[in-house]
Amino acid sequence: MAVNPNAIQSQAASQTAAAGTAATAGVDPASRPPQLRAARIRKQRVIKFVILFITLGFLFVPLLSMLLFTLRHPLSGRWSLAPWEAIFTGNGDSLGADLTVLWQGLGTSLALCAVTVVIMLLLMVPTMVIVHIRSKALERAIEWVATLPLTIPAIVLVVGLGPIYRWLSADVLSTNPIWLCFAYVILVMPFAFRAIAVGLNSIDVKTLVEAARSLGASWPHVFFRVIIPNLWQAILSSAFISIAVVLGEYTVASLLGRMNLQVALYQLGQSNSQISTAMSLLALLFGVVLLVALDLISDAMRKTKEGK
Amino acid sequence: MSLADQKATVAKTAESFRNESSVDGSVVTEAAKAVLKESQERGGGVQMQNVVKIYPGATNRALDDFNLDIKPGEMVVLLGGSGCGKSTALRSLAGLEDIQGGRILVGGQDVTGVPVNKRDMAMVFQAYSLFPHMTALQNVEFGLEIRGMGKDERRKLAMEKLDLVGLADQAKKYTQQMSGGQQQRVALARALAVNPRVLLLDEPLSALDAKVRVQLRDEIRRIQLEAGTTTVFVTHDQEEALAVADRIGVMNHGRIEQIAAPQDLYQRPATEYVASFIGLANRLPGRVAGPGVHEAMVFGQRVPVVDGSATGEVDVLARPENMTIRVNDQSGVVAGPGVQARVSAIHFLGSLVRIDTVVSPGELTRHSGTQLEVTVQLPVQEVPAGLTIGSSVIVSPRPVPAFAAAAR
Repeated sequence: MAVNPNAIQSQAASQTAAAGTAATAGVDPASRPPQLRAARIRKQRVIKFVILFITLGFLFVPLLSMLLFTLRHPLSGRWSLAPWEAIFTGNGDSLGADLTVLWQGLGTSLALCAVTVVIMLLLMVPTMVIVHIRSKALERAIEWVATLPLTIPAIVLVVGLGPIYRWLSADVLSTNPIWLCFAYVILVMPFAFRAIAVGLNSIDVKTLVEAARSLGASWPHVFFRVIIPNLWQAILSSAFISIAVVLGEYTVASLLGRMNLQVALYQLGQSNSQISTAMSLLALLFGVVLLVALDLISDAMRKTKEGK
Repeated sequence: MSLADQKATVAKTAESFRNESSVDGSVVTEAAKAVLKESQERGGGVQMQNVVKIYPGATNRALDDFNLDIKPGEMVVLLGGSGCGKSTALRSLAGLEDIQGGRILVGGQDVTGVPVNKRDMAMVFQAYSLFPHMTALQNVEFGLEIRGMGKDERRKLAMEKLDLVGLADQAKKYTQQMSGGQQQRVALARALAVNPRVLLLDEPLSALDAKVRVQLRDEIRRIQLEAGTTTVFVTHDQEEALAVADRIGVMNHGRIEQIAAPQDLYQRPATEYVASFIGLANRLPGRVAGPGVHEAMVFGQRVPVVDGSATGEVDVLARPENMTIRVNDQSGVVAGPGVQARVSAIHFLGSLVRIDTVVSPGELTRHSGTQLEVTVQLPVQEVPAGLTIGSSVIVSPRPVPAFAAAAR
């Protein structure tokens, strides 16, 4: 249902495939006679394809099943595009479904994506840059804190967040689901931290900062003209991963009684599971598009600099 | 230093600077010339006075009452082993390190509390420090842009600087497309572009291979002389230091042991550390008769000793090229000064030959129990005929001034 787990699965799958290739290629073929070597290479190729197909099957069979489910009514066995029409025309009357809750959830989730990404970037990027330059010990502490949400189940998080949100909605803000952004910043922190850390470690931040400073640059200038442009790719990838996480978030929103895309999909699924499944597929597709776009953009950026 | 003394220093610096406005203006635009002139009027001499730096958590001082006085337009090389404080001194001057004591003056103006970006210096680092998201040209323009120079003007000036380091044709390239040597050249151009009051070079050649290192080293010196920029160059490579410096400051334990012109430093070392750090030196047992005596007796040879030498039982630090060697005629009697030794190795170094010998046991009054090795270096044509490994020889120091350290 969620976008994010699938995205992560696909990454993991490609890693498994790569690891498989590396392992089979690791045997030294030079010590064998040529015929045996050729046979071995053929065998390896077959194994590679088998692994690839199993992995792809593992990924695509559920997706294909979802697609079929949206197209073929499970009780009557009739094939129709009605659920997709309902989503794209925004009118579910023909299927007896009320889509307002879906649009409301989608709107909230998209707004949450934007707000979460903004807060996350404002919080994480300056903190991580400063800590990276100033203190290795603090950096490790921050890494530990940032990774913590990954180890705490969402349900436990909600138990802690519950009272805070009760107070927030009653006394400080409102019950508007947009305030879920604070909880979501915590949820995306481990992923965002990793992405930004990779960017920071790929450049010699300290030397670049010192070079810029010695050339007369003020701190804001150093930050916006030297660090940010070099972290652009990392920032983009942290933002995309955060969006994928937020779009797929169900537990916290549901348990805190707020409406977002996944909660809406669940509710809609109670009355019309076909539309809900179609919408899940779309959300998933959006996540995949984001990740592919990230790959293409970073590839293009690297090529400009390497002059290929 | 009293206030009056300081004022005198400042006045003297300013005076010497006025006399030294001989910057080659052929490669700079009018506007840049104006900037240049302004920077000269601000002065470019550097004084570091009793600077103390202690790193957080460290017990010893990285800089221990460090003093350095650099004349405008001079190139001073700070030379020393790792951990001697040379980089710390440079970084303190740049403002990249906070200091715990002392003062730093540039052009007579106290910059001790001035932040890095306001010190008007520029640094070239050991690590490649070009901004990877910018082309070579944009890198060189960076400092000028910060100073608010217009686009056309800074582009022109940046191109001139790239041309100066011989990379005008690489202006559009990114860091990843350039070799290490090219990157350091661009970094040098970038530093020179802002026309700094002081140019700081922190082991800029260490990451490069030998050939490029020598080439760029000579070019740095040429450009520095042309631009007349006051420069501090930090290195651990003594050959590099001897080749480029007006003066070399040899550092040890957070202080400068001796600062002098390369030749003086080599020929008249003031301390044992300097004598043994710069170049090779044989430790020859000798005797200085007493205070006020300026020569030592070494193997029957009188060797003048430099100021600062010890008296009594001493080790005379004699350079390999200041040694003579002759084949022993096997008579068993050493005629004239010298000591019997046996050749243990012969290294052919092109135009020179270096001969390692071991002094025969029984020839020495001290050093009992340890071997005394003596290295001799000669031009190829002066090597005695018939000299092979195992030859019995007589080695002797030449009467050339040397440093005498207290005997170990």
